[in-house]
Amino acid sequence: MTIPPHWYLALGTGLFTVGVVGVLTRRNVIVILMSIELILNAVNINLVAFSRMFHSVDGQVFAIFVITDAAAEAAIGLGLIIALFRNKETVNADEIDLLKW
Amino acid sequence: MAFLRHIWLIPLLPALGALTQLLAGRRLSNRAVSIVSVGLPGLAFLWALGCFAELLKLAAPTYLTNLYTWLPAGPFRLANGSLAQLNVPVGFQLDPLSAVMLLIVTGVGFVIHVYSIGYMGHEGGYYRFFGYMNLFLFSMLILVLADNYLMMFAGWEGVGLCSYFLIGFYFQRKSAADAGKKAFIVNRIGDAGFLLGVMLITVTFGTLNFQQITEAARSGQFALGNGTLTAICVLLFVGATGKSAQIPLYVWLPDAMEGPTPVSALIHAATMVTAGVYMVARSNALFVLAPKAMLLVAAIGAATALWAASIGLVQNDIKRVLAYSTVSQLGYMFLACGVGAFAAGIFHVMTHAFFKALLFLGAGSVIHALGGEQDMRKMGGLRRKIPITFATFVVGTLAISGIPGFAGFFSKDEILWQAFSSPYGHRLLWFIGWATAGLTAFYMFRLLFMTFAGESRVDAEVAHHLHESPWTMLGPLVVLAVLSVVGGYINWPTERFGHFLEPVFESPFRAAGVQLYGRNDELGLMVLSVAVALAGLGYAWLIYVKRPGLRERLAEPPGILHQILLNKYYVDELYDALFVNRAKNLGNLLAAFDLAVVDGGVNAAGWLTRTSGDLSRFWDKWVIDGLVNVLGFGIKVLSYPVRVIQTGVVQTYAFFIALGVAIFLGYYLVHFRP
Amino acid sequence: MTPVQALDFIRVLPEIVLASCAILVMVAEPFVSARHTAALAWVSLIGIVAAGAGNAWMRRFSGPAFGGSIAADPFASYFVYLLLLAAALTLLGSVRYLETNQVHHGEFYALLLLGTTGACLMVAATELIMIFIGLEISSISTYILAGFRRADKRSNEACLKYFLLGSFATAFLLYGIAFIYGLTGTTNLVQLSEKLSAPGARPPLLWIALILAFVGLGFKVSTVPFHIWTPDVYQGAPAPVTAFLSVAPKAAAFAVILRVFLGGLASAGALVFWLLWISALLTMCLGNLAALWQTNIKRLLAYSAIAHAGYVLVGMAAAKAAGPEAGEGIASVLFYLAAYALMNVAAFILVAHLAGAGERYQEADDCTGLAYQRPGVAACLTLLLVSLSGFPATAGFFAKFYVFRAAIHAHLIGLTLVAVLNSVVAVYYYLRVVVAMYMREGNPRASASPLPWPLGAALALSLVGIFYLGLFPTPFVRLANLAASPLP
Repeated sequence: MTIPPHWYLALGTGLFTVGVVGVLTRRNVIVILMSIELILNAVNINLVAFSRMFHSVDGQVFAIFVITDAAAEAAIGLGLIIALFRNKETVNADEIDLLKW
Repeated sequence: MAFLRHIWLIPLLPALGALTQLLAGRRLSNRAVSIVSVGLPGLAFLWALGCFAELLKLAAPTYLTNLYTWLPAGPFRLANGSLAQLNVPVGFQLDPLSAVMLLIVTGVGFVIHVYSIGYMGHEGGYYRFFGYMNLFLFSMLILVLADNYLMMFAGWEGVGLCSYFLIGFYFQRKSAADAGKKAFIVNRIGDAGFLLGVMLITVTFGTLNFQQITEAARSGQFALGNGTLTAICVLLFVGATGKSAQIPLYVWLPDAMEGPTPVSALIHAATMVTAGVYMVARSNALFVLAPKAMLLVAAIGAATALWAASIGLVQNDIKRVLAYSTVSQLGYMFLACGVGAFAAGIFHVMTHAFFKALLFLGAGSVIHALGGEQDMRKMGGLRRKIPITFATFVVGTLAISGIPGFAGFFSKDEILWQAFSSPYGHRLLWFIGWATAGLTAFYMFRLLFMTFAGESRVDAEVAHHLHESPWTMLGPLVVLAVLSVVGGYINWPTERFGHFLEPVFESPFRAAGVQLYGRNDELGLMVLSVAVALAGLGYAWLIYVKRPGLRERLAEPPGILHQILLNKYYVDELYDALFVNRAKNLGNLLAAFDLAVVDGGVNAAGWLTRTSGDLSRFWDKWVIDGLVNVLGFGIKVLSYPVRVIQTGVVQTYAFFIALGVAIFLGYYLVHFRP
Repeated sequence: MTPVQALDFIRVLPEIVLASCAILVMVAEPFVSARHTAALAWVSLIGIVAAGAGNAWMRRFSGPAFGGSIAADPFASYFVYLLLLAAALTLLGSVRYLETNQVHHGEFYALLLLGTTGACLMVAATELIMIFIGLEISSISTYILAGFRRADKRSNEACLKYFLLGSFATAFLLYGIAFIYGLTGTTNLVQLSEKLSAPGARPPLLWIALILAFVGLGFKVSTVPFHIWTPDVYQGAPAPVTAFLSVAPKAAAFAVILRVFLGGLASAGALVFWLLWISALLTMCLGNLAALWQTNIKRLLAYSAIAHAGYVLVGMAAAKAAGPEAGEGIASVLFYLAAYALMNVAAFILVAHLAGAGERYQEADDCTGLAYQRPGVAACLTLLLVSLSGFPATAGFFAKFYVFRAAIHAHLIGLTLVAVLNSVVAVYYYLRVVVAMYMREGNPRASASPLPWPLGAALALSLVGIFYLGLFPTPFVRLANLAASPLP
């Protein structure tokens, strides 16, 4: 028995929503970063599901690129958070508001 | 044909001067600056004379030349669906209309440059001043010589920018900087209208070239009163009201007097402010097809003439009187254009350039002599101290007041006659113009008498240094005074000037042989207008020379009047006593006569002028200045919503991005789905 | 699928040159002493020039590469020149900047080159995966560049905001692309166009995918409401980086929008037009309004950059509305971007110089009286601002003129009217800086040191370009028309 594609889509949409809500509500920059990763994973699930649906490998290749990209972003994000913590001693998003208006 | 072939040299010469001053002027001596920056406009004037002579020899008096294609816009569809090819070249057009303007700009411009050598000699930033002046001449020449609307617009913006720089020349003075700002903001309103008009022309005609547009308009493919053409004309006229200081955008011009006096003479009297008139005249083929727009032009022109003249009656700053007078005279020019008498309008542009430049330079000479004093209440009796300035000033005053024999008489009378007799005219328009002529004579002679006649009211210290100006300043005055006399005879007794301009203004009703009034009517009107001018003159003489005491009641409320009378100018004891002890001397027969006859009239006139002055000051202060303030306030108010969004917190930003997505998705669901 | 050939590599020659040069700089960096990092700048400049030469040479080998995921066509070629120009000007402007600000890190140049590489890939890509890869290469490099002044709190903050919001927006883009793939079974733009234009082949949920993809691209070009990061990041990032950010990723993203929304997904006409139209309207108005009360020059220019994106979108909306006659609108967009690149990069690198060490003096008031201390510098900034405001005889005027004309021809009268009014309003805030320099007395706090020669060279190049485009736009308009021709 195979699972129909829209089940995957529902899972993807769920993860996407969790990710967006996470970005909007969590204060800690690291958690925000993780929430963005969740959205990317939602994308990956969709891509792989579509790939199976079409019996083509394109979607899976795309998913691998997305994973690579996520890794690169994580590396930058963590480096950035360290630099920020050195200067401001905080990783809370709402305490970083020098630039506005 | 050597001159015409290289007509591009005319704008280039002042441009070279500007370039020299603005790049290297700081290192040059004042002498070198004068030689370069006055010599180059002089050369340009000579070249313009050469071009003019060659133009007269041509069979058809129009010379066109294209330097290169500036803007190849390529094929596009017009509003009517046909395909057009739009190419905007850098091209020059010399026809009778632009030739007249060319000679005015280079000639009067050169004379004023010469004058500035003396006037600005002791000021800082000498090279900067001449750099801007040359840059202004360059822009103005581009405006005048352009063969298409886009190039004209480039010149139009250029002169605006130079004007802004020169008004704010004494940038240390806050009022000067504010005046520059006011001029800039008000002009932008007009410019937006002009630009929209140009765009509408592009999509309607598919070209911006003056000749092609004129031909298309005269080919008969547009009906009289065509809606698009009316819209174009109204938009262009909005642009003209900004640059040429007409109601409701006139307010920047009086404030622009903060600039040095030669600037007021060149830019704010003789040349730049007439650019609007030139533009309307240049578009005459469009305007004659839009009677409603014509009526608007005529009505605004007449209203401005009267309005500004009434303000001029009560001003005490010598340059401000002249500024309001300029606004008023510009109103006459638009009145002429609005009734279809474009040639008369341009004629007045020319004579006005002579006598108003003369008056401003004369005022400059007075101010120079008094060490910077501009208040006429602190002048008086100057006629013996600075006799040459006085003599030339008298000529200028006679010319602007329309006294027969002087230049202003011929051009103003032509305008009044056309306002009366043209099919586009109306008796009411004539009447307003006629009444304004009386006011003009009054305030100009008031200025003359207050400045030069009577007892000296000059401060003792200033009086000590009182001196006639140097010859670099008096020479230009004399030249302009001669022009203010002979300038009128260009069009009299034969209508040479009108015939010369005829190829440009192909008048539809003249061709159709419409002749409503005969020459006799013209003579009658002429007598009337001379009479009203003489009445204005006489009235000014009566209350400023013959019985100076009366004047105080005109200008000041009685309480202050009393004080001023006791402390200041007046020596005429009889009238002094009369005013101070008016109530006690009721039994005095003379006083009774005065009160009953003269005073009644004086008081009524005083009340009228005061009220109209107050009204216009109210408009200036509350509406226009208010608008400028509201702008600042509005910016602040508008900033609040953006501040609410731009909090600086990254999650707010993420929220607005997500919200944007949600709104886009939601909008699609509502509007695009069946 | 055809096997990979040598020709495929020739068609990505500029990208290869740039990437190799970047790797060279990065590898050489540890061996170069801190005093000599400028040498790396010259190596990078040579790399950029070589990439330009490669771009010129490969013109005779135009065609698709790597199985249709890359296209070497005049459109891509035009944008590659533009991006290389932006990179070269930024590089010239940043040599002395890094010295005065004590950030001696050779990686700066490597990252700049990689950012350009990514942008070049974006403009040449005809495949959604490739677009995504190019976008990420350029984004990740620029994220790091934005935080390059590590010890500075503002730079940190700019980097954080750019990074978090950028990743967030890219995630939307990816989600959209995944949907497009799921609905059509392909990510190739040519195939996509064929599938969607077949009769009755309009997948029901395509609109969600379109809007989501637009978010990611709209973020890069800063269209309202996805512009929200722009002022903060432009203000906080090192000024030369801002110069690069405001042009290269933006131009590349505009190229992608042209290729995707006017090429591959062209059949979704009404929705795309509406998206472009509403974005143009909001972006112009908000950018100009918000700029009115800015006192910080960098922030003012950031809002001005937003407004300029709005004008570009007017051109795009015109291209979309014109249907089969889209060429004029597209060409106007290309012309606008070239003029914009010249003006904006130059303005920001000049501001970088004026702000002095540590970028302390960014306020308009800091320039008070500059015209009397440094007339040349003041004149230069004035000319740039005048061009940005769209004064005749400068590139900025014709850029606006062509866009507005295209919009009028596409009968977008209302939008054009708003755009004209906007450009009139905009003069006000540009002139404020000029007024501070010329009309006020006082000693400027801004750096009155003479212009370093690389910066001077970059500014001279830009000004010549600005006036060339302003006085003789003809040849360039032909070029833009030629580049616009391969698109439908």
